Amino acid sequence: MSVARLFSSSSPSVRHGSTATTGGRRDLQLGLVLVIGGLALALGAGVLSPEEPSALGASGLGMQPPSSEHLLGTDPLGRDVLTRLLHGGRFSLLVGWVSMIVSTLMGTLIGLAAGLGPRRVQRFLTLLIDLFISFPRIYLVLLLVAVTQPSLMLLISVLSLSGWMAAARMVRAESMMLRDREYVAAARGLGLSPWQVALRHVLPNLMPTVLVAASLRIGQVILVESFLSFLGLGAQEPMITWGVMIAQGRAYLLEGWWLTIFPGIAISATVLGYNLLADGIRARYQHGEAPTEGGTDRD
Amino acid sequence: MPRYILRRLLYSLILIVGLLTAVFFLVHLMPGDPVQLIGEQELDEAGRDLIRQRMGLDQPLLQQYFRWLGQCFRGDFGTSLSHGRPVTQVLAEALPRTLLLTFSAFIVRWILGIVIGVSIAQHPGRRRSRLLNSLGLVLYSLPSFWIGLVLIMVFSRNFGWFPSGGMVSPDALWLSPGERILDGLHHLVLPVLVLGVGNIGPVVRYGESSLSPILVSDWVLAARAHGIPERMLIWRHSLRGAMPTLLTLAGLSLPGLFGGAVVVEKIFAWPGVGLLAYQAILTRDYPLIMADTALVAVLVALASLMADLGCHWADPRLRLEADGEDVR
Repeated sequence: MSVARLFSSSSPSVRHGSTATTGGRRDLQLGLVLVIGGLALALGAGVLSPEEPSALGASGLGMQPPSSEHLLGTDPLGRDVLTRLLHGGRFSLLVGWVSMIVSTLMGTLIGLAAGLGPRRVQRFLTLLIDLFISFPRIYLVLLLVAVTQPSLMLLISVLSLSGWMAAARMVRAESMMLRDREYVAAARGLGLSPWQVALRHVLPNLMPTVLVAASLRIGQVILVESFLSFLGLGAQEPMITWGVMIAQGRAYLLEGWWLTIFPGIAISATVLGYNLLADGIRARYQHGEAPTEGGTDRD
Repeated sequence: MPRYILRRLLYSLILIVGLLTAVFFLVHLMPGDPVQLIGEQELDEAGRDLIRQRMGLDQPLLQQYFRWLGQCFRGDFGTSLSHGRPVTQVLAEALPRTLLLTFSAFIVRWILGIVIGVSIAQHPGRRRSRLLNSLGLVLYSLPSFWIGLVLIMVFSRNFGWFPSGGMVSPDALWLSPGERILDGLHHLVLPVLVLGVGNIGPVVRYGESSLSPILVSDWVLAARAHGIPERMLIWRHSLRGAMPTLLTLAGLSLPGLFGGAVVVEKIFAWPGVGLLAYQAILTRDYPLIMADTALVAVLVALASLMADLGCHWADPRLRLEADGEDVR
């Protein structure tokens, strides 16, 4: 109840005029720069990086602080941190994008059914959404990942299956608002099937919401993935990811600060990009305060 | 109104049974069984069968399921495989520590978040407001395990101002009661900072966005014209109107709070239920995993029940409407 009401049109929050829109445009631009830049760097890692990612230090083993030769320093095996940073984004972005696509599709379909379906379906799906939201997801993820052999497929499926609820809830709340609009009633009156009404007439109007949910989701997945990799439960050693890099730096927290700091900045900048993008889309296409990600925490 | 409360209670009960069911089937449909994984060297197949029998793992799944539900409602979860003590005992020790951590973080997040949100709502469009908003978004994008590491790096390793983990100092036994409390607070600072301030962004934003339309409404204008002091106008009257929104958000934020506690407890070696669950998962301590997960899930469900009822109490319109309407 309260959730739907909070997000329904009666919620008294209209963003005030021009400042918000210019802020929104700036968000969108900065977000796009970060997102596209991140993708380009990850894809071009092979060409851009100064060294081979696993090349042991030519200038001898051992950590070296950032210098003109190694801009971001080297790790204890003498490997170039900048190179590894560029390669490290690939895994996170792959996991983030694929599981975002799966969970957004799932969430959108479930949300539409929960908002527009027959009453019984609505009730059941609402319970299902609540169930998944109340379940401590990180426990679920840890459990699945720890018990079975860590693999890319598993990681992606776990993160997809545990991440569709935010999209579902946002789509549900918004489709309940659109349900009684005249054009929806007209489409229904023309004899279209419920799914045709939902997909052809309601869904297009929900696209901004779906995009916002999707963009936020990528950021969240990257955060969870990096934590799992940090614990040694996500990507494994020969694979380079930012989480694995931070885990390696943990033993040298003070004397090798660059091992911890730079991968963390890379994660943060990437996630910030997707969050800004979500914010920008929200400010540009939605009227009033949009349903947010449904919860304040990242996982 | 009592009808609404009854319905909401019933809904919570269904939700809780659903959660317990989910925990059971998730763990039991997992490949391999717990007995296979314990003591691989010392046990032969016959010994394993004996343990399976004792744990009831040889019974049909459905029977085990109903036994699990029964256990949950009796609060008896058997013996932990890794601790060798009743699961209930192990959890009872860890739970207060997690509650201390999450509760403190919750308070810090909400008080700070609302104060900042109010100040932004009062001066929309100002440079400082935009800056605070962006800061919230940046904080929201930082991985919390990394913030924890950076805080440890700076404030504990470098400056030595705060301990880098644990709940008490090694010499705590020799301290006086007063000093012991200070020692505890000292250990609490960094973990609470990570858990509380890291996710402050949404609180600020919701505080601001639910308050700003109220601040330009007619009745606030009227109240201001009556000469009600600005401070009272905001903190007593306007914020009350924003309460339902904020309470709902608070309820929604709880699963994440407990999820975040797992991360923070791991980084700061805080011996709560999150760290316990992590260790239990690594050692395949199934009874403990199941009970721990169920405990957190039920806590979250109960807390969001409280948030919803609070919402109901704070918004008289809901109270009048709800009786004629569906719970959800």
